[in-house]
Amino acid sequence: MDRFNSPQRSRGLAPPNPRTALQPSDIALQVLGLNLYYGATQALHDVNLDIPRQRATAFIGPSGCGKSTLLRAFNRMNELVDGCRVDGQVNLEGQNIYARGHDVAELRRRVGMVFQKPNPFPKTVYENVVYGLRIQGVNKKRALDEAVEWALRGAALWDEVKDRLHESALGLSGGQQQRLVIARTIAVQPEVLLLDEPCSALDPISTLKVEELIYELKSKYTIVIVTHNMQQAARVSDYTAFMHLGKLVEFGDTDRLFTNPAKKHTEDYITGRYG
Amino acid sequence: MKNQSIKGWIKSGAPGVWLSAGAVSIAVIMTVGLLLLIAVRGLGYFWPADVLQASYQVPGSPAQTLVGEVVAREQVPRARLRATSTAVPADGPLTMTRELLKVGNRDVYGSDFVWVVADWLADVQAPADLLVLQRREWGNFYGRLLDIREHGQVVAQGADAWAELAPRLERVRHLRRALDRLEAQELSAINRGLENARLQARKLQLSGRFDAAAQADLGAEQSALNARYDEAEARLEALRAQIDRDSLTAVEAGGQAVPISLGQVAHAYRPNAMGPLAKAGFYCTQLWEFLSSGPRAANTEGGVFPAIFGTVMLTLIMAVIVTPFGVLAAVYLREYARQGWVTRLIRVAVNNLAGVPSIVYGVFGLGFFVYVLGGSLDRLLFPEALPAPTLGTPGLLWASLTLALLAVPVVIVATEEGLARIPRSLREGSLALGATRAETLFKVVLPMASPAMMTGMILAIARAAGEVAPLMLVGVVKMAPSLPVDGHFPYVHLDQKIMHLGFHIYDVGFQSPNVEAARPLVYATALLLVLVIVLLNLAAVALRNHLREKYKALDS
Repeated sequence: MDRFNSPQRSRGLAPPNPRTALQPSDIALQVLGLNLYYGATQALHDVNLDIPRQRATAFIGPSGCGKSTLLRAFNRMNELVDGCRVDGQVNLEGQNIYARGHDVAELRRRVGMVFQKPNPFPKTVYENVVYGLRIQGVNKKRALDEAVEWALRGAALWDEVKDRLHESALGLSGGQQQRLVIARTIAVQPEVLLLDEPCSALDPISTLKVEELIYELKSKYTIVIVTHNMQQAARVSDYTAFMHLGKLVEFGDTDRLFTNPAKKHTEDYITGRYG
Repeated sequence: MKNQSIKGWIKSGAPGVWLSAGAVSIAVIMTVGLLLLIAVRGLGYFWPADVLQASYQVPGSPAQTLVGEVVAREQVPRARLRATSTAVPADGPLTMTRELLKVGNRDVYGSDFVWVVADWLADVQAPADLLVLQRREWGNFYGRLLDIREHGQVVAQGADAWAELAPRLERVRHLRRALDRLEAQELSAINRGLENARLQARKLQLSGRFDAAAQADLGAEQSALNARYDEAEARLEALRAQIDRDSLTAVEAGGQAVPISLGQVAHAYRPNAMGPLAKAGFYCTQLWEFLSSGPRAANTEGGVFPAIFGTVMLTLIMAVIVTPFGVLAAVYLREYARQGWVTRLIRVAVNNLAGVPSIVYGVFGLGFFVYVLGGSLDRLLFPEALPAPTLGTPGLLWASLTLALLAVPVVIVATEEGLARIPRSLREGSLALGATRAETLFKVVLPMASPAMMTGMILAIARAAGEVAPLMLVGVVKMAPSLPVDGHFPYVHLDQKIMHLGFHIYDVGFQSPNVEAARPLVYATALLLVLVIVLLNLAAVALRNHLREKYKALDS
């Protein structure tokens, strides 16, 4: 913590190092020296990164560069993979989530995640949205009803599904399902929303809707989005991180990174000469 | 050119289609043929066939009158018939027709069936007054009714006798029902009371507290019960005498008069005098009796209800034991155990368990469940009853457990497959919402895998319901005196021995004193066994489809 309070770091000078652009109080997630291994292969190499609060941060990079792995390190989803090993720190609001005894279930409630393919449960729309709340022991019908409407409105889905709350969620279209998953995630009121290529399985119109939604949501949540689509990154995010071969190559303000990349590698990638 | 067209035909894949379609048709034909055969042979048994009367003359011997039903007809080489009977003439067609006649009256003739050469039958007719009596012993009687007697005094004769017979048989049926009730309820209750008193005395003796007061108490209880027993016994005797009050006299084909007590008669009918409708009605009552009543005459006659009940009971208890057990094992193997050589070894062992011959399970069940487990439980819980075993003897519980063991690999494999099919994304979705692994398992994974568990249960039922060999060792008997479910505490008696349709088939078909007469019953029982298994399976399938409809997501 000390390093952020040092005068050198809080001078607020312009980049090269984007971290200096952020006040410590603006940082939601802080990655410090994160190395991640799957068995013998190292997937992340000494990643250092600050994710700003209530902004959208995009991870871009070629396939297999570790951006999804990094995303999943934020809610310890990688641990479900056999042989996964982590060293380094990820601090959520100053607390190291990899500290011994850290409550993983509580972490995952605070850091919600939306996956590449819509994955609603084979239950009704209503039950999907209240799933996380029921897990937390909320069972009062009034509270659940309110949460459902609030979350579905929040995910811009309420008007489309309000008459079919008690029908199977599997009857919804792909885009609706993805927004339902987002609703399900925000229903537990997380602090951070991790979106792992949320539009890659959707058609252009659904993609547009989800993007609009992300744009709206970032005023309330810290959003981290992994995307293959650079236009999407440019459209929805405030900050962008470019990764390559498990290393963070460059991180900075989205406009700056896309118009004036500091690294040659980044420039090659965003201009399409590589990747 | 021709060569090319054949090549083209092979290339088109048509032979493969033909081969596979052929395999399917053969399978269908075999299944349908099997069912048809046992259905025709089994269901035909209950039809009241016409009874023929004919004069039969073996050349060189005096003519005799035969009365009976034709049950089979076959062509036999003349040479073979000549080898058994010198009366067969040497010349004529190469084969001769001979018929198997069911003439009944085993008490008079010594056997129910005779083979007759069709050529020597003459004057075949079906007189309306021929009477068939289904008796509780000695099989069917064929003949004519002569008179009805009460206390040995003739009360009706000739044509009046037939009219008199039905009400008197009805009276006997009533009395018999009262008798059965008395035996099944009062006498068995008294016997249970006496046994309990004896066991209590023994218990007190074992614990050294059998003092004068207890002795007097138990003695009083015992003498009260004994008095009740004597009284019930006297009523029983009276009922028996009442049942045997009436008798009838009938003449068999040869003219010999045979006295038969009405207590011995289960049904009396005149098939030749019945129209098709009456026959159909009689058929239905016979079929119903087959399904709803207990066996008579060493299982060769009467119904199979205890066997149906036993089979269903056994299978249901097996399913109730095996499904949770197999599901839990599969959940551990798939969800919690670390996948490594140990789990692989366990899977191999489980799969091999499915290939062990079922009789081996029977031996294991007898050796482990009955003797070791049952024996230990007896020593722990029922020391007063020793050396008579309570649980240390074959019974319903051990039979169910043995079958459960036999079927558990099927459930494990099916459930594991179901668990493996649940998309990772759904588990992750649940975990990402802050659910623990156990919550994910119970709220998402298990409900979605429930159709697979049901499939496992269906396969287990299919495997276990048709099993006979191991059951003979662990609890199925030829004749169980009572059903495992009754009105006495604890209502379900898992320690009782049961009857089973599969074993019933074996017993009736191969162990009965009168195999020929019982053969149609074998077919009928086989058909019934198939139907019971089909019904059990259909019920489980319906349940599964219901669940599958609910969790359709799997295929997305």
